Amino acid sequence: MKSESHELPSEIMELQMGPSHPATHGTIKFNLKLEGEKVLACDVEVGYLHRGFDKSCEQVTWTQVIPYTDRLNYASPLINNVGYALAVEKLIGAETPPRCQYIRVIVSELARIHDHLTCCGMAASELGAITAGFYMIEAREMITRITEDLTGARLTVTYVRIGGLKHDLPKDFSARVRQSFRIIRKLLEDCDRLLSRNRIFIDRMSGVGVISRDAAVGYSLTGPILRATGISYDVRKAFPYLVYDQFDFDVPLGSKGDNYDRFVCRVQEIEQSMRIIEQALEKLPVGPVWIDDPRFVLPEKEKVYNSIEGLMHHFKIIMEGVHVPAGETYFAVEGGNGELGFYIVSDGGGRPYRVRVRPPCFIAMGAFHKMIEGYMVADIVPTFGMVNMIGGECDR
Amino acid sequence: MPEPNLRLSYLQERLGAKVLEAMQAQGDDVILVDGSDLSETFRILKEDPKLDFNFLSDITAVDYWKKKEPRFEVVYQLVSLQRKTRLRVRVPVPESEAAVDSLTPLWPGANFLEREVWDLFGIRFTGHPDLRRILLYDEFQGHPLRKDYPVNLCQPRVPELQVEGTFVDERSQNKLMRLKHSLGH
Repeated sequence: MKSESHELPSEIMELQMGPSHPATHGTIKFNLKLEGEKVLACDVEVGYLHRGFDKSCEQVTWTQVIPYTDRLNYASPLINNVGYALAVEKLIGAETPPRCQYIRVIVSELARIHDHLTCCGMAASELGAITAGFYMIEAREMITRITEDLTGARLTVTYVRIGGLKHDLPKDFSARVRQSFRIIRKLLEDCDRLLSRNRIFIDRMSGVGVISRDAAVGYSLTGPILRATGISYDVRKAFPYLVYDQFDFDVPLGSKGDNYDRFVCRVQEIEQSMRIIEQALEKLPVGPVWIDDPRFVLPEKEKVYNSIEGLMHHFKIIMEGVHVPAGETYFAVEGGNGELGFYIVSDGGGRPYRVRVRPPCFIAMGAFHKMIEGYMVADIVPTFGMVNMIGGECDR
Repeated sequence: MPEPNLRLSYLQERLGAKVLEAMQAQGDDVILVDGSDLSETFRILKEDPKLDFNFLSDITAVDYWKKKEPRFEVVYQLVSLQRKTRLRVRVPVPESEAAVDSLTPLWPGANFLEREVWDLFGIRFTGHPDLRRILLYDEFQGHPLRKDYPVNLCQPRVPELQVEGTFVDERSQNKLMRLKHSLGH
């Protein structure tokens, strides 16, 4: 507040923050209009990582789209794979066997834990809590190693296929996951003691980046950002898919819609995801992981090399792609950032006609100016951290 | 299944002549809606207490070049958070008059989504506060997700912006002039 006797001439400063900035993760530019430290207006410029996902998908076969989906939300690639495969399977009208569904739930939840640990760890370290950040990175590394053991890759997993999975779980998966969860729970407990009642952390996160419930619904926000305002919309509960309705898990809700609530929502969701995985590992049924339909499933290698029918079958599926019946469909899964939807249009051939991803963090960036107007420049860092914009998903 | 049919028939009754077609696709409710006066149609969908579609999930478009007439279809995904129902609204848009009403007055979240459809398809949204490119750079020519845009089309080079008050290295300008001169310009 300026006193009347000290009227200094001032003008609004226009500052560009980004696209390459040490405290913002991902390539994004904020065109800020500042009055001193206060943000008057913020125009968000996205698109620096636009790689033409939609157009690329139209050029390749249905199965060849799956590596493209890995690179969408690259903090949780398995969720993207699962979402896309479920959308295509919905159009086909196929339902995968129970073991496949359980494994898809397990990998989705592992990817969700990975995403939330990345987000919270980075947010904490940007505020200066580097130790807590590194603890979460160590926890995340456990998940990444499990993913690598399962799929062969840390990030570009390409594990799910249309009609099944690439292969079944390794033998020691369950024991390894349980062992990792013991370590992750210990690390999260340490982070909780470092952060949750930390005066500096609360001052920087609580009451900052607030968005009201009506604004959150109006701006089409989903995921932890929406749940932090108190609205309980989780696609796993509202429109259950796979076998989520058979698990007992809670959906953490906030009340104020500020950064602190988003942080706590994400950390609690990690615990809930671990609960789901433990239940799924207990109930995991035996059986095949592929649907029993020769139109979508590659034949056994013995048949491919030893019979002409197997060879032709393999050749047709690989070269032409699986033939998805003509039509259009939309399927949404709960991604790390919210409702991750796939709208696909097929013309009956082996290549998609249109693949559209509903990117939750792109839409969140549309609401970002609302979360930051009136706050200070330093508040952009925690707010942007907790929105968890992943460039691959935002810009595709 | 009685319930979805009831919903679809209520939609047809409420929106009247605007609904061109109402169908069920793999268990989803889908309606094809006429594009004229679209904001009124969506206002009814949002505010009618029996429909209550208060959440706009997604706006996208599909280009049915040479496959269907009219060429484009703008697709809206609506969710009713209270009733836990989804609705897909498809609006056919002709190429000659590629414009529909903007939904930004009803849902501010439509802002970025409509900008993306304009950027990649070239469909205008009348009443949008700031319709400009979002994912691509401003000098980009064309709308790449249209089917008649070749995948490997090269964009023309963007000339360097002359920004007022900035320093321009004389040596680089001279080199450029000498190069041009040597090439006969």
